[in-house]
Amino acid sequence: MSNSSDATAVRLEEVRKTYHTGDVEVHAVRGVSIEIDQGEFVALMGSSGSGKSTLMNIVGCLDRPTSGRYFLDGEDVSSLSRDDLANVRNRKLGFVFQSFNLLSRTSALENVELPLLYSEIALTGLQLREKAEQVLIAVGLQGRGDHTPSQLSGGQQQRVAIARALINDPEVILADEPTGNLDSRTSVEVMEIFQRLNEKGITIIMVTHEADIAAYARRNIVMKDGLVQSDSRPDHRLNAAAELQRISASDAVEAII
Amino acid sequence: MTGKNLARPIRLGSTFKIAARALRRNKLRSALTALGIIIGVGAVIAMVSIGNGAKAQVEAQIAGLGENIILIFSGSTTASGIRTGWGGAGTLKIDDAEAIRREVPTVTLVSEEVVSTAQVAAGNQNWFTRIYGESADYFDLRQWALADGVPFTNQDVRSANKVCVVGRTTATQIFGNDDVIGQVLRIKNVPFQITGVLTTKGLSSQGTDQDDIVIMPYTSAMKRVLGGGTTLRNINAQVASSRDLAPAQQQIIALLRQRHNIREGRDDDFTVRNQEEIAAAATATTETMTALLAGVAVISLVVGGIGIMNIMLVSVTERTREIGTRMAVGAHGRDILTQFLIEAMTLSVIGGIIGIITGIVASKIIAVMKNWSSLISPGSIILAFIVSAGVGVFFGFYPARKAAQLDPIDALRYE
Repeated sequence: MSNSSDATAVRLEEVRKTYHTGDVEVHAVRGVSIEIDQGEFVALMGSSGSGKSTLMNIVGCLDRPTSGRYFLDGEDVSSLSRDDLANVRNRKLGFVFQSFNLLSRTSALENVELPLLYSEIALTGLQLREKAEQVLIAVGLQGRGDHTPSQLSGGQQQRVAIARALINDPEVILADEPTGNLDSRTSVEVMEIFQRLNEKGITIIMVTHEADIAAYARRNIVMKDGLVQSDSRPDHRLNAAAELQRISASDAVEAII
Repeated sequence: MTGKNLARPIRLGSTFKIAARALRRNKLRSALTALGIIIGVGAVIAMVSIGNGAKAQVEAQIAGLGENIILIFSGSTTASGIRTGWGGAGTLKIDDAEAIRREVPTVTLVSEEVVSTAQVAAGNQNWFTRIYGESADYFDLRQWALADGVPFTNQDVRSANKVCVVGRTTATQIFGNDDVIGQVLRIKNVPFQITGVLTTKGLSSQGTDQDDIVIMPYTSAMKRVLGGGTTLRNINAQVASSRDLAPAQQQIIALLRQRHNIREGRDDDFTVRNQEEIAAAATATTETMTALLAGVAVISLVVGGIGIMNIMLVSVTERTREIGTRMAVGAHGRDILTQFLIEAMTLSVIGGIIGIITGIVASKIIAVMKNWSSLISPGSIILAFIVSAGVGVFFGFYPARKAAQLDPIDALRYE
């Protein structure tokens, strides 16, 4: 997908972010250097105020660092204009939010098509529909394209959101607390999709405060006070597909008892 | 992969699709918002149509006076001291009319006029109507042809013969559908023989039935209906061409001042108006009325526009997260701006189109109900369309810009 020699998806060099609220300077991120390779599945953790959200906004090209440099897919995006950042988000990033952020009273297909409406390549209505149907199949929602968010369960809504993130063939999927509004079983289902996509080579960066969700990632980065506190690869990485089977089995047992 | 961040053009097609989807999501709200514009544009179209219709009617009425007419009234509207009003003071004499006939060469036709009202009767029917005394020139001067029979003659005028011509309404009221030529009409117990029936003229701009009339030689009217007297209410004169109007008017004024012995510096004891002046005054009146009505209608259009602005502001606030999401997936500020502008414009243009149709229908209905005429000009339709689109842009811009300037991070977190 990329021509960068080192196959680095995200490279942060001494990234800092300082907010000015009145006379007070808030150092949200105080010099973070991280490299995330293509095909990684990273869980970004930390308590509130640790700077993980600010860092995520920078990685998501929604915000610019006060200082330091940020290379996305080999391209320096640290000082791009608002519009150029929007183009980068459209081409290279896919977003999954905690509260799904789907357009209400809008069909799943139309929700999924949304990023393509802002892409540089103009597609016909038919091409849009085909692509949207493909990604809906990839997240296991074939046949639900005409459903509106209110007609879908939370897990299904999040899968629509993942399909929307996938439609532009992004370099990196950024997920901000993707399981925060979901029950545990649906959370595992979403992790199953993430792991499956990750197996296909898509880089995933996920903010979460739940350790058991972070356990599905290959790499856990923990932030504290605007700095990276730890960066580790869990020994016992959970397999979501296997977890799902186990949950189904225990459900079946409970049903019998 | 670098340097590919060229500004891409706004694709109106997909932006329009986005806007249409957004409007469909709130059908009732969209309809109610458009209603403000529908009423505004409809009111403008209806009011302007009715105003134009009234103006056309007044113009037709004035043309119906005849061509190149000069009206001379006794009394003056400008007299200092006691003001008598037109036709009030009885200062015009029959000789004055004769003098105009004789001494103003461009005047081709002259009709001495006296006016009265009287109960007229025939058989066991009677009817209250207007009696006009005129010269034989009157029918040519007013270009008022007879539907049946013949007009009275100069001989009838000289001899004050008991003959008359009746309007269609009077004829029908007294004689029903019978033939009226040769019938006798009793006016103040004097029998008048009917020589002709006038063609129908319909209502005047003041709403009086112009066909409810009896016209007879002015001599007969003065002698037998008014019961003597030598003064005229007014004199109607016609000149050959409109170029002669002003000079003839001046000559008539000079002649009458001389005949009435009015010294230099004193006011006239008569009033002379030519048809162009009357037309200008009447047109100015209807134009003022049209402007007033259109003004009220424009206010309702502005209120409709504010309605759009209000709803768009609500919509922007309500859809803050949607805006954030759109920005997150790659929408530029100007995509959002265009989307909301198109939403506002779609509302106002659709409202405008429906308003144009409503206005046309309303003006037709009002015209039929009130017996007014309406005149729908293509210009006012095009203008209404452009104005309604303009209202959308003008009142949609502020909310749209507000949406476009949102920060995506704040917008995504908005609760």
